Amino acid sequence: MINKIWGFFIIIGIIFTILTGNLDSLNDTILTSSKNGVNMVIELIPILVLWSGIMKIAEASGLLKIIAKFVQPLLSKLFPSLKKDSKALGYITSNIAANALGLGNAATPFGLKAMEEMQKENENKDTASDAMITFLVLNTSGVTIIPTTVIALRMMYKSANPEEIILPAILATLCSSIAGLLLDYFRRRKNK
Amino acid sequence: MSYLSKFIIPLFVISVILYGLKKKVMIYDTFLEGAKEGLITAFHIFPSVIAMVFAVNIFLNSHIIEVGFYFLEPYLKLLNIPLQILPMAFIRPISGTASLAIMNDIFANFGPDSYIGRIASVLQGCTDTTIYVLALYFGSVKISKTRYALTTGLFADFIGILASFLIIYIFFS
Repeated sequence: MINKIWGFFIIIGIIFTILTGNLDSLNDTILTSSKNGVNMVIELIPILVLWSGIMKIAEASGLLKIIAKFVQPLLSKLFPSLKKDSKALGYITSNIAANALGLGNAATPFGLKAMEEMQKENENKDTASDAMITFLVLNTSGVTIIPTTVIALRMMYKSANPEEIILPAILATLCSSIAGLLLDYFRRRKNK
Repeated sequence: MSYLSKFIIPLFVISVILYGLKKKVMIYDTFLEGAKEGLITAFHIFPSVIAMVFAVNIFLNSHIIEVGFYFLEPYLKLLNIPLQILPMAFIRPISGTASLAIMNDIFANFGPDSYIGRIASVLQGCTDTTIYVLALYFGSVKISKTRYALTTGLFADFIGILASFLIIYIFFS
């Protein structure tokens, strides 16, 4: 899919610019855009390095586990089809907690483990179970408390308040998670 | 709102350090270990960012969005939605790097503190790349019948996008 989109952007962009007769700016864009990309990564490096360091401490000290324990009772209500002592539930909470802290690298292994455990309790092995769908809806609309890359790029472009978008982003995430979970709930009941 | 936002990062950093000390973690060494991983991540995203900035710049600089969706502008204006945010809203569930590249473009053209710049920031921060995540997780356990997972995930994204417009409108205009 990503291959098609990438090609689509380039082809449509070039054809349309040629049709509108803007060849000078097209050459300029092609030749300078990679420099723009390099600048972007260079600006992202400091905060990526710093934040990964801080997060490693959070992980090593067990802060992640504490947060996971805190959200587990709440999350277990969202997964009525899973047993209360299900291993999957532990992995799900760890995944959500790691995502919330922006620990993408740490979150994925937990998520894959959660899928594996849910697959063991799944009756039709080629069909998604209720619990899997709820988990993925929650995961993809997932709460990120501190969107570090966004803040870094805002700093690069000299924002007066790079971090002012944190709370609005958390609110927007909450809306999307709640909406996703509600729709998931109704569709699950309809299927029964 | 922006005043409260200012507290989140310092508060978070001090809690992590204090808790690390309490649990007798070698905080400095652990930090270095994580920092090294961060550097490797940056190294890994380098090619994909350059590829996406290249494609996105060609696409957006052609101004096809402004021309093709010109007819929508008056309606979007009524709702306080800038036309140039549309490509980012469409691409966000598909590719995180592509939407990051579009956000970069929006910041360069309008500035991060502009109305559209703020919407782009919240949009990037509030949802994940639904299609990629579903493919990865369902693929890992060989599930082919995904039932209502995709439509529900995309619905959540859609609400997140609407919420971004609304929240920025309420807080910053």
